[in-house]
Amino acid sequence: MEDLTYTHTAPRPAGGTRPMAIIGVVASGNLEVLAERVLPDAECRVEIRTAAEGFGDVWNAVIADFVERHSPGGIKFSINDGGARPDTVALRLAQAVRLLEVTP
Amino acid sequence: MTRNWQQAREARSARIESGAKLAKGKIVEAHNITSLLEAVVRPGDRVCLEGDNQKQADLLSSALLAVDRAKVHDLHMVQSGVVLPEHLDLFERGVAKKLDFAYSGPQSARIAAMLFGGKIELGAVHTYLELFARYFIDLTPNVALIAAVSADRDGNLYTGPNTEDTPTIVEATAFKDGIVIAQVNAIVDRVPRVDIPADRVHFIVAADKPFFVEPLFTRDPAAITEGQILTAMLAIKGVYAPYGVKRLNHGIGFDTAAIELLLPTYGERLGLKGKVATRFALNPHPALIPAIESGWVEQIHSFGSEVGMENYIRARPDIYFTGSDGSLRSNRAFSQTAGLYACDMFIGSTLQIDLQGNSSTVTASRVSGFGGAPNMGADARGRRHPSEPWLQAGREADPDGSPLLRRGRKLVVQIGETFGDKNVPLFVEKLDAIALAEKLKLDLAPVMIYGDDVTHIVTEEGIANLLLCRNAAEREQAIRGVAGYTDVGRGRDAKMVQRLRERGAIHRPEDLGIDPLDADRSMLAARSIKDLVHWSGGLYAPPSKFRNW
Repeated sequence: MEDLTYTHTAPRPAGGTRPMAIIGVVASGNLEVLAERVLPDAECRVEIRTAAEGFGDVWNAVIADFVERHSPGGIKFSINDGGARPDTVALRLAQAVRLLEVTP
Repeated sequence: MTRNWQQAREARSARIESGAKLAKGKIVEAHNITSLLEAVVRPGDRVCLEGDNQKQADLLSSALLAVDRAKVHDLHMVQSGVVLPEHLDLFERGVAKKLDFAYSGPQSARIAAMLFGGKIELGAVHTYLELFARYFIDLTPNVALIAAVSADRDGNLYTGPNTEDTPTIVEATAFKDGIVIAQVNAIVDRVPRVDIPADRVHFIVAADKPFFVEPLFTRDPAAITEGQILTAMLAIKGVYAPYGVKRLNHGIGFDTAAIELLLPTYGERLGLKGKVATRFALNPHPALIPAIESGWVEQIHSFGSEVGMENYIRARPDIYFTGSDGSLRSNRAFSQTAGLYACDMFIGSTLQIDLQGNSSTVTASRVSGFGGAPNMGADARGRRHPSEPWLQAGREADPDGSPLLRRGRKLVVQIGETFGDKNVPLFVEKLDAIALAEKLKLDLAPVMIYGDDVTHIVTEEGIANLLLCRNAAEREQAIRGVAGYTDVGRGRDAKMVQRLRERGAIHRPEDLGIDPLDADRSMLAARSIKDLVHWSGGLYAPPSKFRNW
């Protein structure tokens, strides 16, 4: 297991008002994302616990693109990763941000 | 001396005469078939041993393999599919020497090893239409060994739903003084319909078991991923809709199966029914059943058939081409021509795409051949009839050209996730096909679709519209810009990619208003093979390997 944490500044706060959302499953090649609206508006943090070690540079790239494309200000993401491909990670993060926007 | 203008005809008569000693009329017993081949096949003959995409003349393959090599050797095999182990055993035994083919699916690794080991003298790897064309110019078979469902005693053949290549092979062979030998599953008093007339068939043999047919086009919806669903939504909203593509061909991968299963759900929601995907050159894909049942599809012409789809097709003659007996009539040569000239789009998967957009399914150790994708996935330079998608693509490629003189363009779309099976990247700096060509000293690298024919590349990251790229540098960055987190994708020039996105040469899901939450398996019209059976009203009978209930 490897723990990784990335902190970014986000130009805008995440949309919607839901305090938290969860999506995905912890399975081989998949991941679970918990999104919580607990940080200051301009901050975004992603904490990753992954089964696949040594992919820090790919995570770094995926998270940086995600923050740039979606600007999820105020959100702390906790990822429980079962060795998902980067495209699956990007999809799950985009889904988590959307879930925070939709009214429950 | 006057020239004898009938040498080939006389030679055929002599061959038939020696074969006739082993036959009753045209009928040869199965245990005599190797002797028949020794009687009618001559060393060095060009032989088409019917190996199609799906059906295989398996009895005749085994019989040819068993010939006495003193009588039959050094054959030149000219067949579209190299599929059975026996097809290559012929070269190991020295019965055959040279090979011209189109597709080698399951034998792709062995054929590569044998080419490299010098066991096979390779003519060329063709597309289907190209090989069929050469049957009439310089690769005309001396002997054709074909497969049919049934024959009558005169030799009329019924080829059933899997007619595939047979009419083309027989046309080239029978009308140019060649010999046609057919294996059939049964000899009957009257065939259900005549697919091949008796006067083109010289010998028939009843096989003790039906010819082998592989279900090549069945994709289990249960295996479709959310990434593939997202990619399929991008294709529907970002390519099908803006061009209004009605006439098209789909590849056989999971990406296009996902599209087929999203038409009645996502496509319906976008209001696209009747506006896109109405007419196909396509094998009878089970995944298209929900779209057909929902009224999306008007007409389908097929290259071959698909195991288990027989009764469904029979019950839907308004959609499929069927014979007087009610079953499917497929024809690979005609359907390939239809895909080339009468379709406005080809969309299919591939294994590797390079920075110019060239794509290949060849890897360093596998020579898989081309089959039909290059004909579907190529701009038809001989096309003259206009259609809105074709004209629109032409406008995008050449906005300043004279409208009355500007060629349209076929939409040639490569679709796939940035990482494929076993996390192998779809995008590469250099195709394995080039390394293979160097290793085998080929004149041409086996490129499936050339980059200058590709108009769009669709991945889960977005759509690259290569029609809107004005130079090689822009093409490269548009490709890198949808290559995700592969090395090629991470090597992008972010500023240039951003400019291409602003110009619409790259579309991201968010640019098209695609909600990532819709990338969910609940969006698939069928989520299992069993769902497809339900959609078909019980008419679709999947092969046992796809049944898990």
